[in-house]
Amino acid sequence: MIDWTIVREMLPAFWHGLQMTLLLLVTSAVAGLLLSVPLSVARSARSPWARWPVFGFTFVIRGTPLLVQLFILYYGLPQFGVIRNSTLWPLLRDPWFCAWAAFTLNTTAYTTEIFAGAIRTTPAGEIEAARAMGLTRAQVFRDVFWPGAWRRALPQYGNEIIQLMHATALASTVTIVEILRVGRDVYTNYLKIPESFGMAAVFYLGLTLVLAGLFRLLERHFLRHLDPRASATPMPEPVKASAHA
Amino acid sequence: MFHGYLPMILDGLRVTLSVAVVSLAVACVFGLAGASAKLSHSPVLRGLAGLYTTVIRALPDLLLMLIVFYGGQILLNRVATAQGWGYMDVNAFAAGTITLGFVFGAYLTETFRGAILAIPRGQIEAGHAMGLSRGQVMRDIVIPQMVRHAIPGFTNNWLVMLKATALVSIIGLDDMVHRASLASAATREPFTFYALIGAIYLAVTTVSILVLGALNRRMSRGIRSEARA
Repeated sequence: MIDWTIVREMLPAFWHGLQMTLLLLVTSAVAGLLLSVPLSVARSARSPWARWPVFGFTFVIRGTPLLVQLFILYYGLPQFGVIRNSTLWPLLRDPWFCAWAAFTLNTTAYTTEIFAGAIRTTPAGEIEAARAMGLTRAQVFRDVFWPGAWRRALPQYGNEIIQLMHATALASTVTIVEILRVGRDVYTNYLKIPESFGMAAVFYLGLTLVLAGLFRLLERHFLRHLDPRASATPMPEPVKASAHA
Repeated sequence: MFHGYLPMILDGLRVTLSVAVVSLAVACVFGLAGASAKLSHSPVLRGLAGLYTTVIRALPDLLLMLIVFYGGQILLNRVATAQGWGYMDVNAFAAGTITLGFVFGAYLTETFRGAILAIPRGQIEAGHAMGLSRGQVMRDIVIPQMVRHAIPGFTNNWLVMLKATALVSIIGLDDMVHRASLASAATREPFTFYALIGAIYLAVTTVSILVLGALNRRMSRGIRSEARA
């Protein structure tokens, strides 16, 4: 039923598509992570001047479809002469840059909210204890506050990265040749679903499993202290109280 | 400002909302079926439901939509040829709503399953011990509490699905996004129209959050706040 000659012939194209998907994923995930750390701190700050603009940003991004954001950046911005004449035009004209920017904005908004949620649930006593021990504000942030928030955010952050990987499929709508675009092109040429979309599905399934496995390893590393004690190091037999014997 | 295209865009909003509401209904059916299968005693049903939620959640929505759209087309025409009905086109509305419903049914399966598991087992046992029938236990004990537990996850899924309806424009449905691209091409003002529909989506998500938030507060009245999920 499956025409393996098509599969074999198209494998290099899918391989290139996979590299493009990974490139989009890694660059936007890294940029999003770097942006959401300061933004999530601002989002949970006491000052409304720090809190509200960040909330406005995440609210607008999370409340509109990614496809529309991508179209605004790629098709929409060139409407303005100011942009066509600006020094940024070579970048904004490039579909790759627009897709990267849209994915980065998107993952930044979701990750900021995930981190802000983790920050909100920081036990006040942890910070008070660290201050009472004489740690500076920078030390408290680096050694107490952030490691705790990061650990609480990790499971949700893993889901966000998998969703971001799936979202990169939208890049196919602005002429970028990633996995889904290759699948659509193969379908147009051969009109066969398993060899086109089926292959794309296999690649996405593999990527999802790899990412899920990667985050499981990260969780095992960072959340080891939550393991049941018995599975970590075997405890010595407790000494029986002899009074009741 | 919109060169007279506003009524056309708003008519597209009607299409977008119809797709969203019908997809939600389909997703609820798949979600309830999936949750019952996951909680059933049959290992076959549990395995099937597990396969459903794992595979669907591991693939991009757009890919699944293209598979159902083109695959449905081929399947339908195979059946149609065998029956001698001639060539048939898959209706884009049907393909879009069935796909979205099928995809988000997988997410709702998890929401509903969690909501049912959140009900203390002892309450159901107590109901049976009091002599209530299975139907009465369902109607008076399980469902009212399940709805309450499911609202936060349900809200989230509805918002994600509402935004995912934008993808149906790719399989040729004449929704708000498609109308915006037509208006952009005609007026050469793409920013105006994509920003307009972005604002409309934002308005719909905001109203959804307010309404479902109010519903959540109403369903949770009488529940102490620390017990609220």
